Amino acid sequence: MVESILTVQNLVKSFGALRASDGISLDVLPGEIHALIGPNGAGKTTAVNQLSGEMQPDEGRILFEGQDITAFPVDKRARLGLARSYQITSIFPNFTALENVAMAVQSTQGHNFRFWENAKSDLSRTEPALEVLNRVGLSDLANTIAGGLAHGQQRQLELAMGLATRPKMLLLDEPMAGMGVEESRRMTDILLPLKGDLTILLVEHDMDVVFALADRITVLVLGKPIATDTPQNIRNNEHVRAAYLGDTS
Amino acid sequence: MDKFNRKSIVLLVGLALLLALPPITIAMEEAYFISLFSRIMIYALAAVSLDLILGYAGMASLGHGAFLGVGAYAVGILAFHVTEETAIPFLPGGWAGSINAVISWGSAIVVSSLFALVIGALSLRTSGVYFIMITLAFAQMLFFFFVSLTTYGGEDGINLDQRSQIPGLDLADDASFYYVCLALLLAFVYICYRIVNSRFGMVMRGCKQNETRMRALGYSTYRYKLICFVIAGAGAGLAGALIANQSEFVGPGLMHWTRSGEVMIMVILGGMGTIFGPIFGAVALLLMEEVLAAYTEHWMIILGPVLIFVVLFARRGIYGFLTGDGGRDG
Repeated sequence: MVESILTVQNLVKSFGALRASDGISLDVLPGEIHALIGPNGAGKTTAVNQLSGEMQPDEGRILFEGQDITAFPVDKRARLGLARSYQITSIFPNFTALENVAMAVQSTQGHNFRFWENAKSDLSRTEPALEVLNRVGLSDLANTIAGGLAHGQQRQLELAMGLATRPKMLLLDEPMAGMGVEESRRMTDILLPLKGDLTILLVEHDMDVVFALADRITVLVLGKPIATDTPQNIRNNEHVRAAYLGDTS
Repeated sequence: MDKFNRKSIVLLVGLALLLALPPITIAMEEAYFISLFSRIMIYALAAVSLDLILGYAGMASLGHGAFLGVGAYAVGILAFHVTEETAIPFLPGGWAGSINAVISWGSAIVVSSLFALVIGALSLRTSGVYFIMITLAFAQMLFFFFVSLTTYGGEDGINLDQRSQIPGLDLADDASFYYVCLALLLAFVYICYRIVNSRFGMVMRGCKQNETRMRALGYSTYRYKLICFVIAGAGAGLAGALIANQSEFVGPGLMHWTRSGEVMIMVILGGMGTIFGPIFGAVALLLMEEVLAAYTEHWMIILGPVLIFVVLFARRGIYGFLTGDGGRDG
């Protein structure tokens, strides 16, 4: 039995009378792409926000590599190797694409208290950044101001930032949000080779993407996971079909 | 390259004018301008320090005058006890103050850094409008504290018998004092220039653009912002020490929120996030005040529209206009 990299135990988060997370338990295995799906309002983003530390759960525990990180702030979790992307694109709009990724590289290197040497000409920052940009297919746009990139390119950039921190696990909150078919396919092509090397928890609406990428799928309905299984079994699971895929036949 | 050249020309011409100012004004028998420009250089120093946190780290502090005041009072109190030949009551060891520039200006920097550390540590737990309000509140608190501190003159402040002393230099001479102010301004500008382009500076600029993203990348942003706030406080403290010397007077007015507002106007007028811009802003605002105040005491009526114009049409202020760099943040 493989030791899980992320263990979520009975997470509860309420907003007033609404239980957005109603006892979420989850195991993510090292190297797998684990998808978290569910209808609108199922509490997917709330769950991700608790995993990344942006929200504190009311109850429950989160273990990352066996360590209880429930009380850790966002930046500390990130330094442990738990990176994330946001549903609404979150980049540095006034930096170039290269600088965006260089900020992620710098974060892993430390040395943030250097007050004197010029950072932009520091190859130890920019070379790894360029390499990651290359991986997501943005190297041609390295010197373009990020705010001027197309939506899909900004999403790719955000993924590059996540990768550049060399995380042990990546939380991707709807990486295809707002993307066209073509862009979406591109993103899938970028994510596919990561399979096996990097653990990913993928929150996604686009079912084609989920079934193309995921090793396992957890279905969330009204803040509760109703099933965790392989894509094949999820597709055939009656409860899932009834609750989510809207198919009662 | 073209932009680079234009920028270099603007900066070199500006520097040449500032360097040549004393001989020119003496030749024109308008030596009064040297004293005015000393004041301008000092406020420019304060404005550059505010630009560091406002323009690069996105911290809109409306309490920067607090550090100006604390720096000035450090010099004032040390000089006061030299004149009175009494020991400083709140310090151990019976120290009777100093008028040595290294000691008193150094004290100004240390004390204002400490105040910035405490005020920053508390204020930076908030952001946005709350940050503006809490920095404002701290400055006003200090203002009223010094108003009621009758030992050191209360509302009337402290009159200094003489300027601080640097061996081999006569600061009582306005031209020498002007060059000292200019040298310190240039040194501080150079330090800030290095900082904003360093790794640390990149962290600050990242915080300004998207602090949430910075945290998600693993930066504990609070620490970086606090250090930046302290550096800015130290710069303003030095400016305070110089302003005390320039006017040979220290009063609580330096901490009043309108003073903080003026420094902020200099930054915006000159160009936020440009380091050099606030110098142009300080020159413009204080010269405008000087010239317009001769015609009417309501000179702010003219300043207002000018400021609105700059904010609306020149995002990089006077500096951006001169260098042709509409520019981006970051």
